[in-house]
Amino acid sequence: MTTSTHLVYLIALPLVSAALLLILGRLADKWGHLLATLVSASTFAFAASEFFAMRSRSGAARATTQKLFDWISVGTFKVDAALLLDQLSICFVLLITGVGTLIHIYSIAYMSHDRDRRRFFAYLNLFIAAMLLLVLGNSYLNLYVGWEGVGLASYLLIGFWNQKPAYATAAKKAFVANRVGDVGLSLAIMIAFAQFGTVSFAGVAAGAPHASSAALAAMGAMLLLAAAGKSAQFPLQSWLGDAMAGPTPVSALIHAATMVTAGVYLITRSNFIFDASSTARLLVVIVGTITLLFGAIIGTAKDDIKKALAASTMSQIGYMILATGLGPIGYAFAIMHLLTHGFFKAGMFLGAGSVMHGMNDEVNMRRFGGLNRFLPITAITFGFGYLAIIGVPPFAGFYSKDKIIETAFNAGGTKGYILGICALLGAGLTAFYMTRLIVMTFWGTPRWSRDEQHPHESPALMWVPMAILAVGSVASGFLFTSGNSMVHWLAPVVNPSGAEGGAELMKPIVVSLLALGVVVIGVAYAIFKYRTVPVEAPEKVTVFTRIARRDLMQDAFNEAVLMRPGQKLTTGLVWADYSFVDGLVRAVGFTLGTSSQAVRKIQNGYARTYALVMLVGVLALVATIWMVTL
Amino acid sequence: MSILTVLELLPLLGTLVIAFLPKSANRTIKQVAFVISLVVAAVSGVMAYRFRSGTPGFQFVESRPWIAAFHINYAVGADGIALVLILLTTILVPIVILAGWNEAEGGRWSVKTYYMLMLVLETMMIGVFAATDVFLFYVIFEAMLVPVYFLIGGYGRGERAAAALKFLLYSLFGGLLMLAALIGTYIISTNQGGGTFDITKLSMLQIDKPTQNFLFLGFFIAFAIKAPLWPFHTWLPGAAKSATGGTSVLLLGVLDKVGTYGMIRFCMTLFPDATKTFTPVIIVLAIISILYGAFLAIGQKDINSLIAFTSISHFGFITLGIFAMTSQGLSGATFYMVNHGFSTAALFLTAAWMVKRRGSSQIDDFGGLQRVTPVLAWSFFIAGLSALALPGLSSFVSEFLVLVGTFTRYPVAAIFGTLGIVLAALYVLLAVQRSLHGETKPGNENMKDLNLREKVTIAPVIAVLIFLGFYPKPVLNVINPTSTAVMQHAGASDPAVKAGK
Amino acid sequence: MDISNYLYLSIILFTIGAVGVVIRRNAIVVFMCVELMLNAANLAFVTFSRINGNLDGQVASFFTMVVAACEVVVGLAIIVTIYRSRRSASVDDASLLKR
Repeated sequence: MTTSTHLVYLIALPLVSAALLLILGRLADKWGHLLATLVSASTFAFAASEFFAMRSRSGAARATTQKLFDWISVGTFKVDAALLLDQLSICFVLLITGVGTLIHIYSIAYMSHDRDRRRFFAYLNLFIAAMLLLVLGNSYLNLYVGWEGVGLASYLLIGFWNQKPAYATAAKKAFVANRVGDVGLSLAIMIAFAQFGTVSFAGVAAGAPHASSAALAAMGAMLLLAAAGKSAQFPLQSWLGDAMAGPTPVSALIHAATMVTAGVYLITRSNFIFDASSTARLLVVIVGTITLLFGAIIGTAKDDIKKALAASTMSQIGYMILATGLGPIGYAFAIMHLLTHGFFKAGMFLGAGSVMHGMNDEVNMRRFGGLNRFLPITAITFGFGYLAIIGVPPFAGFYSKDKIIETAFNAGGTKGYILGICALLGAGLTAFYMTRLIVMTFWGTPRWSRDEQHPHESPALMWVPMAILAVGSVASGFLFTSGNSMVHWLAPVVNPSGAEGGAELMKPIVVSLLALGVVVIGVAYAIFKYRTVPVEAPEKVTVFTRIARRDLMQDAFNEAVLMRPGQKLTTGLVWADYSFVDGLVRAVGFTLGTSSQAVRKIQNGYARTYALVMLVGVLALVATIWMVTL
Repeated sequence: MSILTVLELLPLLGTLVIAFLPKSANRTIKQVAFVISLVVAAVSGVMAYRFRSGTPGFQFVESRPWIAAFHINYAVGADGIALVLILLTTILVPIVILAGWNEAEGGRWSVKTYYMLMLVLETMMIGVFAATDVFLFYVIFEAMLVPVYFLIGGYGRGERAAAALKFLLYSLFGGLLMLAALIGTYIISTNQGGGTFDITKLSMLQIDKPTQNFLFLGFFIAFAIKAPLWPFHTWLPGAAKSATGGTSVLLLGVLDKVGTYGMIRFCMTLFPDATKTFTPVIIVLAIISILYGAFLAIGQKDINSLIAFTSISHFGFITLGIFAMTSQGLSGATFYMVNHGFSTAALFLTAAWMVKRRGSSQIDDFGGLQRVTPVLAWSFFIAGLSALALPGLSSFVSEFLVLVGTFTRYPVAAIFGTLGIVLAALYVLLAVQRSLHGETKPGNENMKDLNLREKVTIAPVIAVLIFLGFYPKPVLNVINPTSTAVMQHAGASDPAVKAGK
Repeated sequence: MDISNYLYLSIILFTIGAVGVVIRRNAIVVFMCVELMLNAANLAFVTFSRINGNLDGQVASFFTMVVAACEVVVGLAIIVTIYRSRRSASVDDASLLKR
C-alpha cells in the first residue's frame, strides 16, 4: 500500500466546481461550461498520471490509499472517510474522467442553445465527483455516499427539462427504482457490520472466510439487489428506458458508460463475498442471463433510437453481470467488456445525439433513413460502434464479449450449456437489433420530409469526441486482450488466489466461430426484414412484438402489483387515520361534550338554588360525619 | 450560578424588556427579540466550548432548594445528550425569529405578545433539557404547553383554535399520567430512605418489576404523545397545518424532542427492567410509525401536514434507535434528534415561504416553481433530500446509525425500517414534482424568489445539514460517552461480532 | 342557666339565616341572612370557648367578624352595582352565568 495526499482532489475539484456554478447562478453563465470542462479534463490528466505512476510500481505497492478524516465513530462502528485507488478503481477512474471529459466537450455544442447550459454542466461535474467517490471509497459506506450521489445527479439530469411532466416523472421513477436497490446496499452494509464488525473492503475481505454461508448468501443477494437497481438489471430495469428523457450526452455518460455499470463494479469489488458463496453467484448469473435476453428482446421492438440503445445497454450490462457470476476468472472479463462497452456505447449515444441534433430532436427511427449521406462522420463513427457491439473482429466487442460467452460455456455441466446458449442467443439478438437500428437510421430511402427537416453534420466540437470514442471502439479490445494484459492487471484485486477458469468445453476458436455465425444470421435477417421500413409502426403484429414494445410488460406489472395497490393502501390509510385513529380521539371528546351538555342543566343560574344545594350538601356531610363517629 | 441558569434567564430578561416597549413599536420589538436570541445562541456557544466532551455525567450543575418540604430542588445540569439539544434550541430560535419576520402581524393578538411568548418558550425549552430534578422537568414540561397553545391558537391559520385545543388536551392527558408515575416514584424513594426528585438518586432505586412496569408506562405514554409515536400522533398534523412556520419548527424541531429525550433520560434510566419488558412492543410501534407516517405523507394534499407525517416517520426511527439498546442506535437516535431539528426547520420554513407567497398550502396549487423561484425551489429540494436522508447530508449519518444499531440486535425490525427509505424517496420526490416541476401553474407566474433576509436564514440551516453530513464527529463525540453511560446503566451492551476471527 | 341554650339559640339563628338565603329574592335580605348565619357561627364559637375554658373560640370569632366586614364591603358593592345596571335587587334576575 502506498499512501497519497492528493487523491482527494480527484473528487474535490469537480465537486467545488459544481457547487460554484450552482451558487453563482447566472453570474457564471458565460464561462460555466468552460470551467466545468477544464475541471473534468484536469481530473483526467491527474488520473492518467496516477495510472502511469501505478504502472511504475509493482505488486502490493500499486494500490494507493488516502485517509481523509474519521467520518463516523460510535462504539465499534468506525468508518473513516478514506480513498483507495487500486488496479480496479483506476480502470473506472480513467473511464469516468476520460469519457466524461469527451462528453463535456460534446455538450458545449450540443447544449449551446439551452438557457440553462451552466446548470447542466454543474450537474455533470457533480456526477463526476459522485461517481469518482463511488469507485474510490475504501469502504462500503463511502461507496454508498457516491452511490446515492450519482443517483441524485442522474435524477437531476434526467429531469433537466422537468417542466415537462413526463420527464419529471421519469426522473422520479429512476430515483425510486434506485432507492429500492439502495435498500439492498444498506442491508448488505448492515450484514457486513453485524458479521465482521467493519464495513471496509479490506476488513470484510479478511472476515469473509469465517462467516456462515447463510450470511454470505444474504449479503451477496443484497449486493445483487443494489446492483440491479443501479445497473437496470431484472427486476429493477424499468427505469432505464424512461431515463432517456434526459439530454442525450447524459444518456451517453450516465446511462451507458459509467453510472449504470456501478453495479458491475460493486459485485467485482465484493468478489470475496461472491467467491465464498455459490448461492450468491447462482443468483448473479440468473439475473445477468435474464437481463441480457430481456434487454435484447426489448431492443428489437423499439422505434425510439435512444430507447433502443437503452435496451441494448441493459442487455450488455446483463453480459457483464453474468460474467461476474462466473467465478474469479469472470471479473476481469466483466470489467473488460465494461470498458469496451463504455467506448462504443457512449460513442453511439453521442452519434444518436448528433442525429437528433441534425433532425430537430426527432427520435423515431421510422422517420429517419438514408442519413449517411447527410451526416457522414456521424455515420462512420456510429458504424465503428456498431461493429464493436455486434462483435465483429477486430473491433473491441469481439474480444470482450467472446470471452464472456466462452467463460459461460466453461461454467460446467448443464448450467454451462444453458448460460452459453443464452449468451450466444443474446449475441444474435444484438446483431439483429443493432443492424435494424443502422438500417433504419442511416440506410435506405429518406422517410423524413425535405421541407421540415434539414439534416446536417454536427460541428467539430461534437464529432471529435465521437471520433475519439470510435478509435477506442476499434483499439481497446485488442489492447486489453493482447497478452491477457487486463486479466493480469486486475488479478491482485479480483483473483488473488490465481484461480483458473473451468475446463474448456470447446476450443476458443470454436466459440468465436459460433458467435460469428449467430451474428451473421442476425445481421442478415435484419437486413432482409428491413428492406423497406413503413413510416408508421405496423399495427398488425404478433402478440410477442406487442409485448416487446411494452418492455415485456414490466411497467404494467409494476403498475398492477406495486403502484396501484400502493395507492390504494395510501388512500385507505389516510381514511383510516381520520376515521379510526383520530376518530377514537374525537369520540372521546364527543362523549365528554354531550354528557357535559346533560350535566350542565343543573347549573340553572339561580343563586338560591346553588345555596340550597350547598345547604343540603353540608347537611349530608354533617350527617355522614355524625353517623360515622357514632 | 451555572451558565445554564444564565441561558434560561436571558430570554426571560428579553421578555421583560419587550414588556416595557410600546405595543406599536413592532420593529423594535422584533429587533430586541432577535438580538436576545442571538446573545443566547452565543452564550450557548461558550457553553459548548467549555463542555468537557468525553466525560459522562452532568456538567454545569447547580442546585438550589425550591420546595424544601418535598425535597424539590431547582437543579440543572447538562450531559452530552442535553447539551446538543440545548444547542439545537438556541440555534433554531434566532433562525425562526428571522425567518418569520412578518409572521405575527396577522395574529389575533399583538406582535409584542408573539415575541414575548416566543422568548418565554425559549426559556422553557432550555429549562426542560437542563432540568436534573424530575419535578422541575415535569413543571416545565407542562408549562411549555401554554405558550405553544397561544402561539398556535393566536397566530396560526385555518382552524387554529381547534388545533391548539386538541394539542393542549392531548398533551395534558399525557402529562397527568406522568404526574401520577412521578408521585409514585417519589413515594418509593421516600420508603427507601429519603424522598428525592433528583434524577441521579432516583436512578439508584430498587423497584420491583410490576411497579416498574406501571411507572414506566406512565412516563412512556406521556413521551409517546409528545414524540409523537403511533397511535398517539393525531394531534400533530392538525397543529402543524394550523401553526405558523416558526411555531411548527419549534414544535416539531424542539418540543417533540422532549418526548424522545424523556424516553432516554427517564424511561431507560429510572426503569431499566421495565424497559426490557416493553422493548418488543415499542419496537413494533416504532416500525409502524415509520411505515405508517411515510404512507400517510404520500397521501397528503396539504404541504404542512405532509411534513408533519414525515416527522412521524422520523420519530419512529428515533424511537427505534433508542430502544434497540446498542450504542450505535442510541447515539444515532440522539444525533437524529439534532438533524431532524434542522431538516424539519428547513422544510417548514421553505414551505411557509411558499405558502405565504401563494396564499394556499395545497401542494397542487404550486407547480413549476423551479422556473419562477429557483432559490426557493432549491432550498425546498435540499430540505427534502435531507428528509429522505441522502448520504452527504447529516440525516443520513443518523438514520444509518439507527438502522445499523438496530440490525445488530433486531435484524427483522431493521429490514422493515430500511423499507422506509424507499417510501421516503417517494413522499419527498412526489411533493417536489408536484410543487416544483412541470409547467408553471396559473397564479404562480409572478411569485418572488427569496429575499436577502430569507436567504440569510436558510443558508446556515443548509450549511449545518451538509457540514454534519460530512463531519459529524464534533456532535458524535459529545453524544457518545453519555449514550455509553446510559447503556451501561440499563445493563445493555453491544452484540458481539458474529464471524469473529 | 344551662350553657347549651346558647347553642340552641345559635342553631335557631343559623336555620333562620339559611332558610332566608334560600327563599328570599331580595339581595339585601339574602345578604342579611348570610350575616345572620355568620353571627350564629360566632355565637357557637364563643359558647364553645366558654365550655372549653380557653380563648381559641373567641379568637376565631374575631376572624369571622373581620371576614364578615370584608364581605359586607364587597357584597354591598356588588349589590349596588347590580341595582344600578338592572334597577332590581332580585337575585333571580342576576342569572347571567347560566348562558
